[in-house]
Amino acid sequence: MSKQEQADLLLKVDHLTVRFAMKRSGWGKKSYLYAVDDVSFEIKRGETLAIVGESGSGKTTTALAVARLVHAHEGIVDLDGKNFLELQGEALRKARAKLQFIFQDPYSSLNPRLRAEAVVREPLDSLDAVPVAERQAIVDRLFTAVGLRPEQQRLFPHQFSGGQRQRIGIARALATQPELIICDEPVSALDVAVQAQILNLLRRLQGEFNLTYLFISHDLGVVQHMCDSVAVMYMGKIVEHADRMSLFTKPLHPYTSALLSAVPSVDKKRREATKRILIPGDPPDPVNPPKGCRFANRCPVAQPQCSQSEPELSEVAAGHKVACHLVDEKAISPL
Amino acid sequence: MAPLLQVENLRIELTTRDGVAPVIDDLSFSLNAGETISFVGESGCGKSMTALGIMGLLPEKIGHIASGTINFDGEDLTKASDVRLREIRGNDISMIFQEPMTSLNPVYTIGEQIAEVLRRHQGLGKRAAHDKAIDLLDAVRIPNPKARVSDYPHQMSGGQRQRVMIAIALACEPKILIADEPTTALDVTVQAQIFDLLRDLGEKMGTAIILITHDMGAVAEMAERLIVMYAGRKAEEGPVEQVIDHPRHPYTKGLISCVPHLMGTLTAERPTLTEVRGIVPSIRQFGRDACLFASRCDLVSDKCLEGRPHEIGFENDQHSACWHAEDV
Repeated sequence: MSKQEQADLLLKVDHLTVRFAMKRSGWGKKSYLYAVDDVSFEIKRGETLAIVGESGSGKTTTALAVARLVHAHEGIVDLDGKNFLELQGEALRKARAKLQFIFQDPYSSLNPRLRAEAVVREPLDSLDAVPVAERQAIVDRLFTAVGLRPEQQRLFPHQFSGGQRQRIGIARALATQPELIICDEPVSALDVAVQAQILNLLRRLQGEFNLTYLFISHDLGVVQHMCDSVAVMYMGKIVEHADRMSLFTKPLHPYTSALLSAVPSVDKKRREATKRILIPGDPPDPVNPPKGCRFANRCPVAQPQCSQSEPELSEVAAGHKVACHLVDEKAISPL
Repeated sequence: MAPLLQVENLRIELTTRDGVAPVIDDLSFSLNAGETISFVGESGCGKSMTALGIMGLLPEKIGHIASGTINFDGEDLTKASDVRLREIRGNDISMIFQEPMTSLNPVYTIGEQIAEVLRRHQGLGKRAAHDKAIDLLDAVRIPNPKARVSDYPHQMSGGQRQRVMIAIALACEPKILIADEPTTALDVTVQAQIFDLLRDLGEKMGTAIILITHDMGAVAEMAERLIVMYAGRKAEEGPVEQVIDHPRHPYTKGLISCVPHLMGTLTAERPTLTEVRGIVPSIRQFGRDACLFASRCDLVSDKCLEGRPHEIGFENDQHSACWHAEDV
């Protein structure tokens, strides 16, 4: 990797693994659930990487582990040249300013006993990076930036609507001038008309403050609108990772194709062009994942080899990585 | 042929701390046998209230039907007794809810919960009801129904629980199935399965479906006609394709264009999403003699603030309650 590419890279996650201990059944060894299993990805400065997947695929756990909000069992989270997972004490506190989080539920992620201005100011107070005198000015600026009125600073969270609360959450995330913002389903708790307002705001702020987003979502329409590249997760693993155009126009992994074909669309052309790919059944038990490909039991084109060995995530075309035995260098979808 | 369900000038009032508010204000629509119709709108626009009103399940002492008629198969449901309504519910009209996690009873097996409906409404014996429950589980495509019939709800996934709910709702082959956001809590691949199931079963049994949702994509996929609700009033009604192609109410237009849909042809640049600014007015504003969408509308004029818009008709029974419907 050249020096220039290195400088462009803001976040590089290597072999990240998160596991949770399960209740011991009788004597025997402790068993673990690998919520995130050997996940690697990188994000360039100023870009948006989306992680998509269904519930239980490990997308939120990945985000939490990157932010050190759950303990990562193994792996490296290289944020701007330093391994974020190994930082301690003062260095960690400083580094936390660079990485902020926007949560899914604007109703439970704001302290109900703090006024809106105090919520936004809190990261500034706890990181102590700017003099006390300047903090109010920063809060004022942030309120304008996210489209709230100055007099609303004195209100409590319950006096705001869902969309306004999410704006407060965004202002709080911006307070420390972070470089990376992790958005965990930032609009899925909001009404459709309000979603558009928040998505537009996030894109405008990205341009204004040169932000990098790690965007977690299950809504493929939102992902298609927001991201520059996409990683698709299934049962704790990345099964496909590509830039926006190739993933949406030429999905290679059967799971990605099935996921895309399941989204109902108002576009008549698309409805007529897509053939629904049915994936019956449920994912296997995550405590005892199958030996081979984890998607094999639901895959419409599974071969005997698929349940024998696990496919590696490998690059089949420029910037397009797939973990499937049936996709080779020709990059043709097995479906 | 007379429609199966005919709702006329329905007004449902809710008593709140601030007084009485009409959460459904002068709503009329009809549903033919075997048809699928969809109610769309943001939360708080009266979609679920309509469903509860038809089912006779409005919150006691808080909500009541103030005026209007709900004509089902020649019978006015607003005047039906509680006993009669209980007979109709489950037998002729049934409902599935948004939360498959909370709408099943956790202390009974799913088999018992399906059998209960059959015993209560069809007078089947214990054995016969149990066997029919297994058939129904098979019909909603739950694998290995003989073994799963004695499972408890917590042993099933979200999609499977919603299938059980559908089995309960369809146990007596009702004429109307009301599905209130049946897939909002589910993943897309599961949602697609549930939609397929509803469509197949609806066709097989000739059940009319009222689908309540906020997802225009789901509407396009499932329904023949749609009704857009805003602040307790019908904003627009018409055939799905036609309304999506050319909405005649600015709210409908906003609802369609504010969501980033997956498109057949993808372009590199992404235009800013159209916003519908502001939020749904509070319940205190409901019932005013003005267009309630005026505060969020780009086409607003004095006329909108002075009187409630009348419905204007277009071809193929498309109606829009907007003073500027011709300009949209």
